[in-house]
Amino acid sequence: MEWILQPWPWYVAGLLIGLTVPLLLILGNKAFGISSSLRHICAACLPANIPFFRYDWKRERWNLFFTAGVLLGGAIAVRFLTTGESIVVDPRLMQELSAYGIKSTQGLVPSELVSWEALLHPRGVVMMVAGGFLVGFGTRYAGGCTSGHSIMGLSNLQWPSLVATCCFMAGGFFMANVILPYILQLSH
Amino acid sequence: MLHINTPTHSSKESDSYPSFLKYLLAGILFGILLVKAEVISWFRIQEMFRLQSFHMFGVIGTAVVTGLVSIRLIKRFNVKTIEGEPIRIEDKKFNKGHIYGGLLFGFGWAVTGACPGPLFALIGSGATAVGVVLLSALLGTWTYGLLREKLPH
Repeated sequence: MEWILQPWPWYVAGLLIGLTVPLLLILGNKAFGISSSLRHICAACLPANIPFFRYDWKRERWNLFFTAGVLLGGAIAVRFLTTGESIVVDPRLMQELSAYGIKSTQGLVPSELVSWEALLHPRGVVMMVAGGFLVGFGTRYAGGCTSGHSIMGLSNLQWPSLVATCCFMAGGFFMANVILPYILQLSH
Repeated sequence: MLHINTPTHSSKESDSYPSFLKYLLAGILFGILLVKAEVISWFRIQEMFRLQSFHMFGVIGTAVVTGLVSIRLIKRFNVKTIEGEPIRIEDKKFNKGHIYGGLLFGFGWAVTGACPGPLFALIGSGATAVGVVLLSALLGTWTYGLLREKLPH
């Protein structure tokens, strides 16, 4: 059972993630996708008479159960299924990040950027608040995220999903290489 | 053809809560996979966007091939759901939001290192401050709903 605790190679992890597509289809004709849950939560909690949120979100409850499961799964995996060791990161990345005061790869997110303490400084606010806003706004505008478009959509040979996936990647490359260095220099 | 962005109501599933437990379990499995695949790591996302590691491309590529083969097999052998319904998948209809929204999400992905699924898994993993990122993502989705009619699609 030792292999469970070790990091999994990309082909094992990718294969199992891909099997989520047939699993949800066979469980009940559900198309794999997570960002819709954000819309359902808005519709349930603050519809504010906005047409986009006036629909019967309760019929999409399965998606909220699935999402709640993802949260629980994260908790279970970190407590019982990992060794707690830092992941091994490319030395070029760590060298670049150390210039911005990010030195440890302990944890899944760098505490220098995403933590309650980071929220007290401009850099943390931009990373967490502006970054999160772009994720929520962008995924809904694009009609899906990495799961709905890049995995489910591409698996079903949907060309709009290919366009969306290329744009996710293009946006990510531009941000990480061109804009993010300026954000990382903000006061912290 | 359903209108784009309209949630699909494809299943005649009973409304009882126990029937949703299977989706909770599927979600738990997926959450575990996200952690074990390290795809929820901010560092892995940065490596991907700097072309410093093959890991993320390998995971996503393998997942797509697996999903592709699975859907081919489901269609080829006319596989049914566990309740005996034929499996149907809605086609996606293109609009310009796929481009504009896709780019904006790409920006956010590279900043936060997280897509919506990983946001939930990260909170579960104990990074409670990611709850702020999630709240902001909800505000982003809500703002999209508010401005939807004014945005190019």
